[in-house]
Amino acid sequence: MKKLITLTVNGKSHEVAVEPNETLTDTLRYRLGLTGTKKGCEVGDCGSCTVVMDGKPVNSCLVLAMQAAGRTIETIEGMETEKGLHPLQEAFVEKGAIQCGFCSPGMILSGKSLLEKNPNPSEAEIRGAISGNLCRCTGYQKIVEAIQSVKSE
Amino acid sequence: MLLPKFDFHEPASVEEACQVMAEFKEKAKPLAGGTDLMVNMKKKIVSPEQIVSLGRIDTLKDLSRENGTLKIGACFTVADLAVSETVQKLVSALGSGGRALGSPLVRNLATIGGNIGSARPAADLPPSLMAYGARLSIESSRGSRELDIEKFFKGPGMTALAPDEVITAIHVDIPGPGAGAGYINIGVRRAQDCNIVNVASFLALDEKDGAVKTARIVMGSVGPTPMRAPTAEKVLVGSRPDASLFAEAAAAAEQDCSPILDFRGSAEYRRAMVGVLTRRTLEIALKEAQRG
Repeated sequence: MKKLITLTVNGKSHEVAVEPNETLTDTLRYRLGLTGTKKGCEVGDCGSCTVVMDGKPVNSCLVLAMQAAGRTIETIEGMETEKGLHPLQEAFVEKGAIQCGFCSPGMILSGKSLLEKNPNPSEAEIRGAISGNLCRCTGYQKIVEAIQSVKSE
Repeated sequence: MLLPKFDFHEPASVEEACQVMAEFKEKAKPLAGGTDLMVNMKKKIVSPEQIVSLGRIDTLKDLSRENGTLKIGACFTVADLAVSETVQKLVSALGSGGRALGSPLVRNLATIGGNIGSARPAADLPPSLMAYGARLSIESSRGSRELDIEKFFKGPGMTALAPDEVITAIHVDIPGPGAGAGYINIGVRRAQDCNIVNVASFLALDEKDGAVKTARIVMGSVGPTPMRAPTAEKVLVGSRPDASLFAEAAAAAEQDCSPILDFRGSAEYRRAMVGVLTRRTLEIALKEAQRG
């Protein structure tokens, strides 16, 4: 039986009816139409479903929608403002850190979470922060460079 | 991948959680971080009819110090364990285990209670906890009990937990002066990996002559549960710690384990690595014990 929950996604409060066995990934994609959150492995290995929940990046495929009730979620769609792309998104474009693009939402959200905690990370810290996000194009070097290029700004 | 159908419970207190567990027993599963249970449900390995989420019980998320003991709530996250200065200062081998687990994304969800309760033979936290001699608080509607973590693991995914019981806290005695511990894991990659071998060692030295008073070596991934290395421990106790003693203990530990071979590594490799990690974790433990 569906239950009504309220959650804040990208600054906006949503009331949605969800199944008890529905993942947060599916709620975002199919009920709210936010398809920037990807479905890859669905078992917490690849990080393509990364969202930021109450300030922490998590695999949304491992979170039930019911568990996200009352929480604040940020997805890739929330990063662009009226001023344009987020500086980290710009850096991904500039540095060629986007190839097929499937891992990019997760990579960018993991990178952003790192930079908020640690504005000047080392290369090792960057690689550690994105260690739960897999890039099948193997474009890690450009991704690390993109995150590095934003750190001093 | 679809999850099986289940009813979802989100109790606000341990008492309430115990009531729900008592009502549904085998049909219910407690859900903490979900990084293990959600995966097993998606893979159809388990299909509980009732999910009892512990995520809204704030008292399970505390870390507190009571006299010489660190009390860690069962829902304390692995991410917090990995960065906590208290953990690093007082029980560093547990912090090392936390940092070795999964990825930042997984650590933000995974909990210490879940890592114990899922009872994976290669799990990152149990070896250090066993080396420190940790105790578990276990509650049910029938009452509460305390259990030595060493008596908790019964086999892969199997534990001493009754179907209506929930782990609520982990108690770790803070090593005093002259004691210390270390933890090291080996995997194919550094993140998101199942360990090939992981070892934790604990040493307590005699104040008078510096000889080893207590030694606990715990080997993970080389048996159905994390296991002690009794012969290696016997080698250490009563002797002054040095490189040759540690080499002798490492060789004994290799004989104390019974590794399997799989695609991650051969039994011979695992056995050899048990020796290497025993020696290295003993070195870390000794350094900590001697830091004064």
